[in-house]
This record gives sequence, C-alpha cells and structure tokens, in this order.
Amino acid sequence: MLDTVFWPLVKIVVLLNAVMVSVTFMTLLERKVIAWAQSRLGPMRVGPYGVLQAFADPLKLMTKEDITPANADKVMFTLAPILSLVPAFVVFAVIPFGGDPLYYVADINVGLLFIISVTSIGVYGIILAGWASNSKYPLLAGLRASAQLISYEIAVTMTLVSVILTAGTLSMVEIVEAQQEAGIWFGFIQPVAFVLVLIGGLAETNRAPFDMPEAEQELTGGFHTEYSGMRFGLFFLAEYANMIVIAAVVVVLFWGGWLRPFPSVGALALLDYIPSWIWLFSKMFLVLYLFIWIRATLPRYRYDQLMRIGWKVLIPIAIANVVVTAVVKVLL
Amino acid sequence: MAETIAFYTLSVLILGLAVLVVTVKNAVHSVVALVMSFLCVAALYVVLEAEFLAVIQILVYAGGIVVLYLFVVMLVNLDRSPEEHEDPRRLSIFGLCLAGAMLLEVAGIVVYSYNRSASTVTAPAAASPVQGNTQELGWLLYTDYLIPFELASVLLLVAMVGAIVLAKRDL
Amino acid sequence: MATESAAMFDTDELVLNMGPQHPSTHGVLRLVLRLDGERVKDVDVVMGYVHRGIEKLCENRDWTQIILLTDRMDYVAAATNNLGYCETVEKLMEVEVPRRARYIRTILAELQRIASHCLWLGTHAMDIGAMTVFLYAFRERELILDLFEEYCGARLTYNAMRIGGLPLDIPSGWDDKARAFCDIMDSKVLEYEELLTNNRIWLERTRGIGVISGADAISLGLCGPPLRGSAVNRDVRKDEPYAAYDEFDFDIPIGTRGDTYDRYLIRLEEFRQSIRIIRQALDGLPEGPVMGKVPRLLKPKAGETYHAIESPKGELGYFIVSDGRATNPYRFRVRPPSFCNLQGLRPLVIGHLVADVVALIGTIDVVLGEVDR
Repeated sequence: MLDTVFWPLVKIVVLLNAVMVSVTFMTLLERKVIAWAQSRLGPMRVGPYGVLQAFADPLKLMTKEDITPANADKVMFTLAPILSLVPAFVVFAVIPFGGDPLYYVADINVGLLFIISVTSIGVYGIILAGWASNSKYPLLAGLRASAQLISYEIAVTMTLVSVILTAGTLSMVEIVEAQQEAGIWFGFIQPVAFVLVLIGGLAETNRAPFDMPEAEQELTGGFHTEYSGMRFGLFFLAEYANMIVIAAVVVVLFWGGWLRPFPSVGALALLDYIPSWIWLFSKMFLVLYLFIWIRATLPRYRYDQLMRIGWKVLIPIAIANVVVTAVVKVLL
Repeated sequence: MAETIAFYTLSVLILGLAVLVVTVKNAVHSVVALVMSFLCVAALYVVLEAEFLAVIQILVYAGGIVVLYLFVVMLVNLDRSPEEHEDPRRLSIFGLCLAGAMLLEVAGIVVYSYNRSASTVTAPAAASPVQGNTQELGWLLYTDYLIPFELASVLLLVAMVGAIVLAKRDL
Repeated sequence: MATESAAMFDTDELVLNMGPQHPSTHGVLRLVLRLDGERVKDVDVVMGYVHRGIEKLCENRDWTQIILLTDRMDYVAAATNNLGYCETVEKLMEVEVPRRARYIRTILAELQRIASHCLWLGTHAMDIGAMTVFLYAFRERELILDLFEEYCGARLTYNAMRIGGLPLDIPSGWDDKARAFCDIMDSKVLEYEELLTNNRIWLERTRGIGVISGADAISLGLCGPPLRGSAVNRDVRKDEPYAAYDEFDFDIPIGTRGDTYDRYLIRLEEFRQSIRIIRQALDGLPEGPVMGKVPRLLKPKAGETYHAIESPKGELGYFIVSDGRATNPYRFRVRPPSFCNLQGLRPLVIGHLVADVVALIGTIDVVLGEVDR
C-alpha cells in the first residue's frame, strides 16, 4: 500500500511542483537570454537582477479580467488550455532523473512511445482553442498550427525508431542504461537522429524558426486571440512546458540522461559525487539555452517552406537513418 | 481487486462517452467525446497488460485519426450551426431493429464461447519465444502474420497516393 | 483533371485589411489585400494617414523656416532632406557654398545614410523573424545619433543646414569620434553579414521574392536601391554630383536579379561605401568658413528650379518656384523617393504569399512621413 500508492503520490507532488516552478522560470530565462543576445539586460527591476519576474508574470495574468467571447463554446473554451498543458506534465512521469527507482515515478516498458502518444494529445488544445473562439481566423490559424505539429510528429517518431533500434528497448530507464553499457552517449552514435529530433522538437513546440503560426497573429489572429488572463497564461506556460519535455527527451535519449560525461572512464569517477539529477538538469538547461539561442538568432520560415521541410526533408532523412541503423545493427 | 474496480469504472466511462458521441447535438462535442472514449479504451488495454497496444491506440487513433475527423468537422461546419433532422424519430425504427440484431449476435457469441472449453485459448501464449507485449506483437507480425501486414501497408500506401492525387491542383 | 478538382473545392476570394495600425507596415500604411487562399491577387495601397500639408505650409514660411519642415518628411534621414532643400535654394539663388561646408555636408549626409540603412536593416530583419539584428542595428544608429546630437543638439530632426552652408562648425574632437565610429561600423557590418547574408532561412525568405525587371522599374519610376537592384546604373551622386561627391572615390553597388536579396546586398554594400566616403572627407577636410556669402534677407529672384539628391531611400527631388517678390516660395513640391517606390509595391506583391507582403514592404524601405508629407 505504502509502496504502490503513497510514495508515488509523494513523487508526483514533488515532480509537479518542480515542473511548474521550472516552467515559470523558463519565461524569465527566455527573456534574459534573448536580452543578453541583443546587448541589453532584460527584466532587472523585480527582485535582485529581475529574478522574481518569473512570479510577477503569472500573478499579473491571474489578476486580469477573464473575458469569454459571447458566442463561444464555453465547454471547449475552458477545456482547450487544459488539454494543451496537462499532457506536458503527464510526460514527466516516465522521465528518469536517476538510475535508482527513487528518482522516477514509473518505468513503463513502452516509455518512449508513451511520451510520443501523450504529446500528440496536446494538439487538441490548439484545435479546440481555435474552434472555441467562434471566429474564422483563429480557427484557420489553429488548424494550421496543429497541421504543423502533426507533420513534425511523424518526422520525430520515425527518427525515434532508429534510437529504439540502437538501444534495443522502449523503456526510458533502459535506454540510459544501454548508453551506460555502451560507454558512449547515443548523441555520438546517432548524430543525424539527434539533429532531427532537435529540429522536430523546435517545430513541434512552435518555436523559432518555425513559429509562423504565432507570428501571423499580426495578420490573421492566432488561435489564442480570444483568450485573456490565466487562460492565456496556460497556453503560454504550455509552450514552455512542452519545450522542457522535448529537452528532457533529447537529454535522456541522446545525452546520457543522468550519466556523467564519459560514464565508462574510471578516472573521472570523482564526478560521481555530483548527484544524477543535477547532471540531468544541467544537460536539460543546455538544450533549453540552445533553443532560446536559436530563437534569438534565426529568421523564421514561411508556412509553406516549413511544411515542405517537415515532409520533404526531415521524413526522408529519418527513414534513411532508420534503414542505415538497421543495416549497421545487423552487420555488427 | 483493483483490476475489477478499474475495469468497471473504465467500462462505465467508455460506454457513457460512446452514448454521448451519438446523442450530443454539436458535432465537435461528439468528436471530443470520441477522443475521451478512446483514451479510456487505451486505459483498458493497460489493465489487460497490453501496454504497447494502449500507447499505439493513443498515438494512432486518438492522436491521428480523430484529429483528422476534427479537421473535417470544423472545416465543413464553418458557416453552419449544428443541423437538426427534420423528423427526430425518422430512423429510430431502423435503429432499433439494427440494435436488436446486434444484441442477438453478441448474446450468441457469449453463449457459444461459454459452452466451449477455454483450454484452446491459453496454449499459443505459452509458445511465444519472446517476452513482453511489444516483442510478442512484433514477433507475431513478422512471422505468422507477415502477409496481412505487408498487404495492410500496401493498402495504406495506395490510400496516401490516392489522397495526394485527389488533392493536388495540377499534375 | 485539374479543373475538375478545382471545381470540387469551391474557393472564395478573401479581402483582408492590413493596417493602418499594424506592427509591420512601418508607419501608418493601409493595404487592402485580395487573396485567393494564401496568394495575393491584388492589393490596394491606401496612404495619406500622416498627411500634414507640409507642401502647403511651406508656402507660408520663409526660406529658412522651411528647413525645419523638411526634417519631418523623411524623419529617419532628416539631414538629407535638409541638404536637398538647401541645395535647391542655393541653385535658385546661385549661392556659392564654401568647400569646407560642402565636405561637412557630405559627411553628415553619409552618416545619415548609414543611420537610415541601420533602421531599414533592423526592421526588415525583424519582420522576417530575426529579432536580434534589430537591436544590433539600433545600437549602431545610436552611435550616429550621438554624433549628431553633439553637432547640432538634436537626435531626429536636425535643422542642421542653412542656405549657403552650415550654421555651426563641427566641434573639436568630433572628427576623431567620427573616425572611431567608422572603425566600429566596419566590424558591425561584418556582424550583420554573418548573421544574415549566408543564412539559409534568410536566403529562402528573400531570394526570388519580389523580382522586378529593369525596364519595369524604370517605367514605374522607382529609384534608389529598388532601381539599382534591377541592374539599372543610376545614382544621383555619380550622375549629377552635388555637395562634395565629385571629389571622392566610391562605388555604386548594382544588383543583378532584382529580388529582395539583391536589394538587401546593395544596401549592405552602401554601408561600406558610405564609410569610405566619410573617411575620405574627414581626411581631406579643408579649412575655411562654413557659411557662404548670403544676404540677410533671403529673396531669390523669380524662377523655378528642380534639384535632386540621393537620399538613402532614392532620388529625393525638390521643385521650387519663386515669384521674386515674397520671402516664401510660390510653390514647394517634393519628389519623395518613398512615394514613387511605393507605386512598385503592387506589381511586386501580386502573386506572392501573404507572409511575403511584410518582407516586400521592408525591401522598398518606405517612410510614411515622406510618402504622405
């Protein structure tokens, strides 16, 4: 009873809190990093060096008036942000922060597929948000954004097949253990897959350079035009939560999860004193920094160019990668 | 014990949502109820220890096919409010007959399988050379059921090509 | 087959209004787009939201007061407006401007060109999504505005020139600061190039977008980088030199394909050429007065004249008619480059996708103050 119900609940509570706080601090991290890239300072007033801005923003959103359009579908209007945010949190149940069972909530033996399938539920949030606004332009924008999402989902899923082939298992914990046995992070064995998952991850979370559905707000009204207050805040947070999920997945699959660099080299055993979850967080932080850096630097693709890349470039490369991986695996 | 509770809760949810799918007036609400129903079916698969099937159910059905339904429903419904049939009881006689036939068929299956012994069901499971749901499924698909698998993939390819040909403006 | 399937999906034409309040129209410009799906079938450019009646106002101001009004037309590059106007009146009055004044005017005009192109680069890149370039370009523009502030006390509307020369000589140490700025700017232009010129995404968003042929450009009356992008060799600084341009050595970048990418490369090269001119002017700055022999009461004789200069946007021309009696012009007419280039927006935009419209407005480099006056 204690083991099956109580401890998992405690872990879930700790994890949820950690993820919520990380998501709010992601907003601050983004503003600061982009500001530093643009030779300015970013938020500096609230708290020392602007650190408390992370709490000020959600607080502001919570105190704003909650406007619901008159003819909007009330049920869907409320459901959409929830459907957008919750899948991102659910995924963290299978992300391992360490090898010991204390460090993860559940080790499902189809963990990787679980992550992919749950993130594909997040698409509904966008579609329903566009629909519930009861207006043509947000609907079309929502459909467009979700079309982008499902296209890149296909590319990412195919890429992950080659990772599954390399690791020989679908379970997240076992993938990291396979990296430990192999003595090398999979990012070095599967560089193509690594790059494809990074690009696909950027496109799935609607981040630059693939953020045309968000930028087009200027013209046709994005899918969350009619949302205000904390409902809008939920969409806003959902984007960052998804980013953190992609970072976690990338780190676990390609950068050794909780392993220290060079896990098989005995001479560096000194680094083992650093707890495993700190390794995971640091690597996730690096990936998130990379995402923000990319946003600050690159221009954005037009929507048709974006879809062309997803279908005509990423999917063929992913399939080729699977074939090559399979051939190499058979030969070795 | 826990499995029984889970089974009955999920069954109630699945059936309730399925009823909502056909009775709700708004087409979009109907599709959302369908999605929820599929998620509960996936949970049922987990209870039955078929976890691979569960995630594939979510990934393919709830995350792909129903999204497509939603696209179509939204694009077609763009300017019209949900339609009402002129005569709400127009098809109910036919529906009742169909439902009755279905019920008879299901009852027949239940009675038949109850009368036959269950011994022939357990043998194939012990004979599989690999453990784990994913591996078992993969093994079966590529050995015993290879031809249907390949045929299904050809069918999907034909469907994709057909969709592209129909939707493309000029060839 | 194609017509059958097109008839299956019944498409409507969509009328979309962009502006006048819009983050990407660089001012108050209104575009009424007629779309077929995503493609623009036609566009109606509605301007006039910033019309202040400058030309009519000038008919009731005396010759020196008009300089203040010219600042406010192309407010991004105010010194070149001043220069054009002063030179036109000097041409009408046949006043000789001292050599030192001409050199300093050239330096100011070229600094202004760099500042204007900085703003263009920043806003154009930001519209296409590269937000950081906006901040970098404005950082350099700030350096130029500091130089101007030191010279004449203002950052945007300078009132920096007078008929017959300049009101002020450059303060001591200003030329060293200007030289230091040129050195900084050299490395910054390299920075912009690294970020954009060979960037795959930038190339996909600008290459082949908004192509206009040389013949079309001439018949539409385009000028400046949009004209030179289409392989037409026309720059007023070389064809009809004014100020001190005939004494300096510089090149005019000419494009080949006439697309957005070429116009981008031209303006980037114009950065470098302007720095070159400024350096030559600073090195060869002659001594002497900064104000020519001009009567106290300006009263040009009766007549009319047209004089054009090369502003950062294109050929900026002034047509002034004086009736010899009053202390104000009889007719004051400006040929704004942005207005003439805006005519090119319609042929440029037709056939492109909606997402390209903002890129095309940026590539023409319009300033609404000049378009509407």
